[in-house]
Amino acid sequence: MNLSNPKTGTGFLRKDGRKGIRNIVLVAYLVECAHHVARKVTSRFEDEPVHLIGFSGCYPNGYADKMMNALCTHPNVGAVLLVSLGCESFNRNRLYEQIAASGRPVRLIGIQTAGGTGNSVQEGISFVTSALETIRKVPRVPFSVDELIVGIVSGGSDATSGITANPAAGLAFDMLNEAGSTTIFENTGEMIGLENLLGNRARHPALAEELQKAVAKAARYHAVMGHGSFAPGNAEGGLTTLEEKSMGAYCKSGTAPITGLIKPGDPTTVPGLYLMDIVPDGEPRFGFPNPNDISEMNELIASGAHCVLFTTGRGSVAGSAVSPVIKICANPETFARMEGDMDINAGKILTNEASTEEVAQEIFDKVMFVAQGGKSCSEQLGH
Amino acid sequence: MDKLFKINPLDNVYVVRQTVEEGETMVIDGRVFTSKKTLGLGHKVAACAIPFGKQVIKFGIPIGSATEDIRFGDHVHLHNLKSDYIPTYTLDHEFIKP
Repeated sequence: MNLSNPKTGTGFLRKDGRKGIRNIVLVAYLVECAHHVARKVTSRFEDEPVHLIGFSGCYPNGYADKMMNALCTHPNVGAVLLVSLGCESFNRNRLYEQIAASGRPVRLIGIQTAGGTGNSVQEGISFVTSALETIRKVPRVPFSVDELIVGIVSGGSDATSGITANPAAGLAFDMLNEAGSTTIFENTGEMIGLENLLGNRARHPALAEELQKAVAKAARYHAVMGHGSFAPGNAEGGLTTLEEKSMGAYCKSGTAPITGLIKPGDPTTVPGLYLMDIVPDGEPRFGFPNPNDISEMNELIASGAHCVLFTTGRGSVAGSAVSPVIKICANPETFARMEGDMDINAGKILTNEASTEEVAQEIFDKVMFVAQGGKSCSEQLGH
Repeated sequence: MDKLFKINPLDNVYVVRQTVEEGETMVIDGRVFTSKKTLGLGHKVAACAIPFGKQVIKFGIPIGSATEDIRFGDHVHLHNLKSDYIPTYTLDHEFIKP
């Protein structure tokens, strides 16, 4: 690890040409009924880079197809074990073929065919054991900062989020952009009132229009569903207007020009800053777009994020299976209570122990540390 | 440590970073400020006079317009600032008019 020269590191070269900053075996269940077997397999590898993800539904779902494919072929993933019950709706064969085509070792276990829980767990453990051996031989190649993709979300926000962690993260995002990295922010529902600001940051006029349309779609979605983003508790915390709340969240995107608008799971094309449009097209239907912080992160990771910055005021314990999460705590009191979960104490800005610029530098350095293999708090805690 | 600070130099409001008690006096940017009420973390205080109809600037961007003449040192909140977009919902909102 060389922190004095953050421009170089080591990446894991995949056969599809992409590079990861982690080298993990992913165990993925394809329906809730297969969850137990998948968890049993994963739990045998407590101290190894073996992680569990899955889709619990049993209905045809294009979104789940796209997300599972993107996550299973993420550059941080070296090999995949798919655990299927056998009669679920998920198209397991297609997913299997897509992973195999990416050059990764992959095994599909059908619990019904394998003869139940015991046999499936045994078969899973033996595959994961050999896969761990195989991926140790994945070539390590130079990985430069301009190949890095970083996402950002916030969750468990409070009045401090918009005045410490998010502005500092925004500056760190600017530094990453300056260094040539790709960055992704999301949640168009938190950009209502900021359409013009967003539009002004578009790299070209057609994109400006797209960005404004994406926010208008989010505004319409919230209006139809009858749940806006501003809650009475926000006013207690000192926020007065929706655009004020929006700005508190939005400032974590920094000030760089916006290069493109992507949907969850879409890859980024050239380095730059991207906005993720999280609201499905078409008529608003019941159901929140990315209903929780974890699915927000997964959408960013599915679009290739090697790591995710997570700002929180109340104190999230989010972690992710595929890409490391770096938690930036906005509130000094929360930090004091939950220090073990927090990578960065942005609350120092409130207690005059650090400037926003100093915290931004700390965030940037932490991203480099994690990109070079250093473990974030949630990784140390086994999230 | 100053209990009030500006997030962006362009702002015309300060943000409270540590609770300010009623009657508490402090000097901020060379001006004397005495708080008329207790203000919690995250609340806003006018950094200069903001006339009726003028925009309140925080994060360097407009966050709404003044609904009355705001003086230096006034608490800036629901009673004197409104959204330029969507009215703010609070628990005082009456869904059913009596």
